[in-house]
Amino acid sequence: MFDKANNLSARSFMKSLGKFIIFIGQIFVRRESFRTYVTRVVDESIKVGYNSVFIVVIVSAFMGAVTTVQTAYNLISPLIADPVIALVVRDMTLLELAPTITAIVYAGKVGSNIAGELGTMKITEQVDALEVMGINATSYLVLPKILASVLMFPVLVIMAGFVSIYGGYLTAQITGVISGNDYILGIQMDFNSFQVTFALIKAVVFGFLVAAISSYKGFFTTGGALEVGQSSTNAVTSSCIAILAADYLLAYLLAPLLTP
Amino acid sequence: MIEVKNVSKSFSGNQILFDINVIFETGKTNMIIGASGTGKSVLLKCIVGLIQPEEGKVEFNGRSFANATKEVQTEVRREMGMLFQGGALFDSLTVEQNVMFPLNVLTKQSQEEKLDRVNFCLERVGLENVNSKMPSEISGGMKKRVGIARAIVTKPNYLFCDEPNSGLDPQTSIKIDNLIKDITDEYNITTVVVSHDMNSVLEIGDKVNFMHQGRILWTGSSDEIGDSDVQELNDFVFAGRLMKMVKGK
Repeated sequence: MFDKANNLSARSFMKSLGKFIIFIGQIFVRRESFRTYVTRVVDESIKVGYNSVFIVVIVSAFMGAVTTVQTAYNLISPLIADPVIALVVRDMTLLELAPTITAIVYAGKVGSNIAGELGTMKITEQVDALEVMGINATSYLVLPKILASVLMFPVLVIMAGFVSIYGGYLTAQITGVISGNDYILGIQMDFNSFQVTFALIKAVVFGFLVAAISSYKGFFTTGGALEVGQSSTNAVTSSCIAILAADYLLAYLLAPLLTP
Repeated sequence: MIEVKNVSKSFSGNQILFDINVIFETGKTNMIIGASGTGKSVLLKCIVGLIQPEEGKVEFNGRSFANATKEVQTEVRREMGMLFQGGALFDSLTVEQNVMFPLNVLTKQSQEEKLDRVNFCLERVGLENVNSKMPSEISGGMKKRVGIARAIVTKPNYLFCDEPNSGLDPQTSIKIDNLIKDITDEYNITTVVVSHDMNSVLEIGDKVNFMHQGRILWTGSSDEIGDSDVQELNDFVFAGRLMKMVKGK
């Protein structure tokens, strides 16, 4: 009985995966003029990038602050030098917190927005209107969102990294858990620049996953307002799962390159 | 001229269209009428290519469409204009941007030329001083008229209207009907209107196709409807009290 249920869910997953791959393939056929996409990508970049700056800054600042305080209280030992706290904050921020936590927040904000927007366009026949005009609606609507997300999310991750580390510095100054000089010394200690490259590779992959999965969920919405809400929720859930799975896969593949 | 040849369609084993054969003539307002759930909208979506029929084909002036390649479909679609049931205006764009949208994407006209054409089309549908309004700020009737303006802005050869009167008061309905009729005559285009509004049928229907349970049961002019001996058509046409009174006289 369990085998049958597993077979059914595996078949359902493979069917969805196939549909998703075909959907992604469709955005590259019957494209409109380059000029059309430039305008659309700029518009979408403002929506997914600029409009996410506030939430990313708030989350990152607190992320850095909490990491600093928690690390400081867990490393109280005369054998561990204070700058090590900053080193831990830096490594955690660059390797995991800045790309992954920001991606989860990004999926919640941008992913739900994309799915809601496309879902509403679908049920109000706006997508059909584009198709009847001879425009490939998938390409016209989805490609700019994916491009904007792949371009803007790394920028947000860089910003999150800076704000998080600076947030840690401010917290160190305010609470006195570590001196400012030690903090600055710590964040420069044993620095491996591949950590930044690693964070940016993750950012590009996560940016693509959030935009592509959310667009897919929104694009296949049928029904009414209730289903649009469900699509938005599904988009966030699926994006978060995909982000965590991709995070594991990238860590498995790229982490060996971090070791000297 | 649009020719629908042997078109059949089913969804999950449920047959919706049965071997439909119908011709929509140029310069005429061709109506598809019938009760709700008879497959009118599915037929319209098969004609414009939003749904792929399982069997049969649709030809636009001899060009096969339904099973053609995406490139051919795109070429034919750029000669189409469509008014959707709810207007299907883009929420994030103003009225002017909505009407200008097909010109922006499909043509290389200058901004001035596009603006002139947009203003002409908006005036043609009786809308002035609404250019900067958002779709949420205008009435249902105005949305339909903006939808018509957007449909005709690229000077299409084929105009499709899905339930153009749904949700409108009788006076506004007549205005929309007359607008569709005038545009058809003026530009000599092939217009296909899906409706279940008998006023509309009698007002503008040059050629009427009656659908019942996925089949075309009757074809004729609006003047001939009352003389039909097709029971299903009579039941549909004379269902309302007003039409019964007309029949009585």
